Amino acid sequence: MISELFTAQVLLGILTSGIRLATPYLYAGIGETFGQRSGVLNLGVEGQMLVGAFAAFYVARKTGNLWLGVLAALLVGALMGLAMAFISITLRAKQGISGIGFFLFGLGLSDLLFQTLLGSVQTVSGFRPLAIPLLSKIPVLGEVFFNQNLLVYGAYLLVPIAAFVMDKTTFGLKVRAVGENPEAADSLGVNVSLVRYITVTLGGMLSGLAGASLSIALLNVFQQNLTSGLGFIAVALVYFGGWRPWGVLAGALLFSMVNALQLWVQVLGLPIPSEFAVMMPYVLTIVALVVAVQRVRPPTALTKPFIREG
Amino acid sequence: MRKLTRIASVVLLVAILTSACGGGGGSSGDQPFRIAVVTPSAKNDLAFSQSIYESLLKVQQAMGGPEKLEFVISENMFVVDDAGAAIRDYASQGYDLVIGHGSQYGGVLQEIAPDFPKTSFAHGTTVDTFVDKGITNVFAYEARSEQGGYVNGVMAGALTKSNVIGVVGPIETGDAKLYVDGFVAGAKSQNPNAQVNVNWIGSFSDVALASEAAQTHVKAGADVMAGTAQMVVGAIGVAKENNALWFGTQASQTSLAPDVVVANQIYDWSGVITEIIDLIGKGTLGGQAFQITLANKGLYIEYNTAYSLPDEVKDLADATVDAIVTGAISVAP
Amino acid sequence: MKQRLIEFWNSPVIDALLPVLATLAALLVGALMLLALGANPLVAYGALLDGAFGSLNSIADTLVRATPLLFVGVGICIAFRGGVTNIGGEGQLVVGALCATMVGLTFPDGPALVVVPLALLAGFLGGAVWGGIPGLLKAHFNVNEILSTVMMNQIAVQGMNFLLIGPLIDPVQLERASRIPQTARISAAFDLPRLAPTRLHLGTFLAIVMAVLVYILLWRTTLGYRIRAVGLNREAARYAGINVPRHIALSLALSGAMAGLAGAVQIFGVNFRMFTDGSATGFTGSAGFHGIVAALFGQLHPLGTIPASFFFGGLLVGANRLQRAVQVPAALIVTLNGLVVVFVVGTELWRQQRARRRVVERPSEHDEPSLTAIPPTAASLEGKA
Repeated sequence: MISELFTAQVLLGILTSGIRLATPYLYAGIGETFGQRSGVLNLGVEGQMLVGAFAAFYVARKTGNLWLGVLAALLVGALMGLAMAFISITLRAKQGISGIGFFLFGLGLSDLLFQTLLGSVQTVSGFRPLAIPLLSKIPVLGEVFFNQNLLVYGAYLLVPIAAFVMDKTTFGLKVRAVGENPEAADSLGVNVSLVRYITVTLGGMLSGLAGASLSIALLNVFQQNLTSGLGFIAVALVYFGGWRPWGVLAGALLFSMVNALQLWVQVLGLPIPSEFAVMMPYVLTIVALVVAVQRVRPPTALTKPFIREG
Repeated sequence: MRKLTRIASVVLLVAILTSACGGGGGSSGDQPFRIAVVTPSAKNDLAFSQSIYESLLKVQQAMGGPEKLEFVISENMFVVDDAGAAIRDYASQGYDLVIGHGSQYGGVLQEIAPDFPKTSFAHGTTVDTFVDKGITNVFAYEARSEQGGYVNGVMAGALTKSNVIGVVGPIETGDAKLYVDGFVAGAKSQNPNAQVNVNWIGSFSDVALASEAAQTHVKAGADVMAGTAQMVVGAIGVAKENNALWFGTQASQTSLAPDVVVANQIYDWSGVITEIIDLIGKGTLGGQAFQITLANKGLYIEYNTAYSLPDEVKDLADATVDAIVTGAISVAP
Repeated sequence: MKQRLIEFWNSPVIDALLPVLATLAALLVGALMLLALGANPLVAYGALLDGAFGSLNSIADTLVRATPLLFVGVGICIAFRGGVTNIGGEGQLVVGALCATMVGLTFPDGPALVVVPLALLAGFLGGAVWGGIPGLLKAHFNVNEILSTVMMNQIAVQGMNFLLIGPLIDPVQLERASRIPQTARISAAFDLPRLAPTRLHLGTFLAIVMAVLVYILLWRTTLGYRIRAVGLNREAARYAGINVPRHIALSLALSGAMAGLAGAVQIFGVNFRMFTDGSATGFTGSAGFHGIVAALFGQLHPLGTIPASFFFGGLLVGANRLQRAVQVPAALIVTLNGLVVVFVVGTELWRQQRARRRVVERPSEHDEPSLTAIPPTAASLEGKA
């Protein structure tokens, strides 16, 4: 029975599915990584994703232009991020709770706009799979990796870019400094609030993009609560990844592959109750962290508002 | 402002224990019949909640518009506690009929109905009217969704070329299980060689996982798919993209993928609602259970006219419907 | 007179009113949305107030809705004071409810005075285990608790679905075509006493008692002192000889236990059976999340959480009445709740500034330094704030 899982068809299927499923986690998780590295916890990712998903869907449907949809998602994501930044940085609100507030707000607002502007579940012709010349011709791997849609490629391109920005640029250094020791960063002339505003707004934009990747690339449909908890998983994966883009990638892929695996377990009719199959990704994500005991420590100033003395 | 003073006056609430809740009034004379309905998801979910909403619209039109039948809806009442408050509230506002359209509302209806003996309640989908508990003002209704599921399954079995059929469902119980079991039985009876893969994704809302489940079915070779509950909109998109055929249930899902949707089993509750309204007019407020079936046309198969279904398959489906109606085929679980 | 006014303005009374003022501001924004939807905001908000506090039944509904928020919120206070974040309330509530239901169904003929406390204890322990697992993982394997509690929520939900579809399903449902995934009703003898004719049940009082007990635990016992010490500064606590991992695990377990108790009370006071709609929300009403909001509205103080829960519970109950009164899309309600939360937390800056001004003007021996930063690990570094 179990051996059925190890056929080429199934393994390839798991890879392809896993890569696709990981896309929204990557956008949202990397955005959240920047926020947390600078010291701001944003639990409102889910709400930002939903508003972004709706904006992208609505604009793409009305204009017929997918890129305008992407732009709309980035824009409303930025607005949601800015609001979050204002509340948690300028007004020093408790971050855990303001995030929950933005989650509820985004959940409600996206549904409200959906009900009033569209009124019914509709579809849009989203980003199509785009075979990359040459690479997509590689046997097996070509189909898995190089025949996805543009927003999927974008998510994977984002990982090295984010890692580079975080580790090798002055901006990344400032982000890390602000998250580790804002007082010291401040005394060196770094504008702590500005850096945090940028990371949180960037996080909002990427969350919006994560929503767009669902509504106009992977699912091509909008419905109330389209994200259904994906945003919270994305936040959890930031911890899995130890606040590093590559780590987030590892977590997102692990979670998504196991999810793809459990779908196959059911399709192949393995004698496991469906509820336990559905549980697998959640259990294994925890187990993986236990096995690979992490010595990574969170950014010291995470969730702490910065109060400039004097 | 009056409200504010009211708040102030109830600070010592524990001391004040006043009268019980008032009962609702029945309809009389030229007053419109008033219905309140509470649904767990959105009224445009292309699934269970939409089915009751559209049925109410249909009844309203048949009765002569809002002057004759007035109805209000509280959708998205997935929190059962909130649904309970809504049901109680509507009952105390004197609605003639309060419908709790979700099997999870049974507990709250059982609790609330005795407090409003003059109001009629309806609960679906279930067969329990709580008459055995001494409650006489609750109607029950359910859909024998395995019947249309069987018909859809027969068509799916006839149409599949790869002999692989994929099904996406929420959790393995209730109306969803009933439909899926019927569908699988129908497909197998028509095409014993067909393999029907079923995926329960453990959620009514996870569109992304429903979509990926459908992708998995396609990868496993499925060229015909079906599914139930509101998150399957994600799976329909996959069917459309991969040119796999789709069978819908609960409400019409044709609009999402006119090229690949073959047919939908529609839940039409209008007959049940009309009958309940008549009974209430005659003074019966509950105690009866209704079913929608293919026989009483509460369930019917709506074919997508944009899809050219081969005549022999259409005939096969019609024959199956007839056989279920006459009892020649028994699909009850 | 003027002096009095200034004193009043600077007093903590106004602090307590800040959330109310912020709520009004949020409702003002909501009024614009209502206008855009073609509804009369005055009628709508009249219905909200009426639904939350307008009658004996409304107040009872508000208190009943607030009860799980209070339990969860009190648990959140323990976790935050111990320096950990618990967003696993939903799962802990579900597990607690399942455990309590099982006890209730196992001894249908037992004396209520024995079975009910036993069931509540089972709920408490179930929640403690579900919160304790992330606690142990955090303490011994450095697994972040936000990650593990998010995951544990889903595991609990799927476990619940499994149990309610199969092993625990009401035998009556097995004979039905549409098998409703719910347990049998617990014996009516076990129903928590009610304050007739309302839905107000004993569980509400139990929640208030727990809030007081947790306050005593945290501020009047050695254990509480240790939990807070670990929360304030783990390094310092270690030097002081406190077993840090044990207290981290314990604070998450206790936090989960409160949520588990909430689940048990929901069964014996409100629903009388366990059921599922596929997710946790149908049963919990998102109390696992709303409880966090209540705790933070209550300044992470168990006693402050009491009025905060009643306030937020009233908002939830009243907002639903609003929807019914003016028939706007239900989505507006969630949007409004979100706005209220954001606006209320947005007052933090003023609260802090006022607190600081008070300290400068009149140093108080009772000032809690840890109240100013979340989670309290921060307080050690910003004790000067």
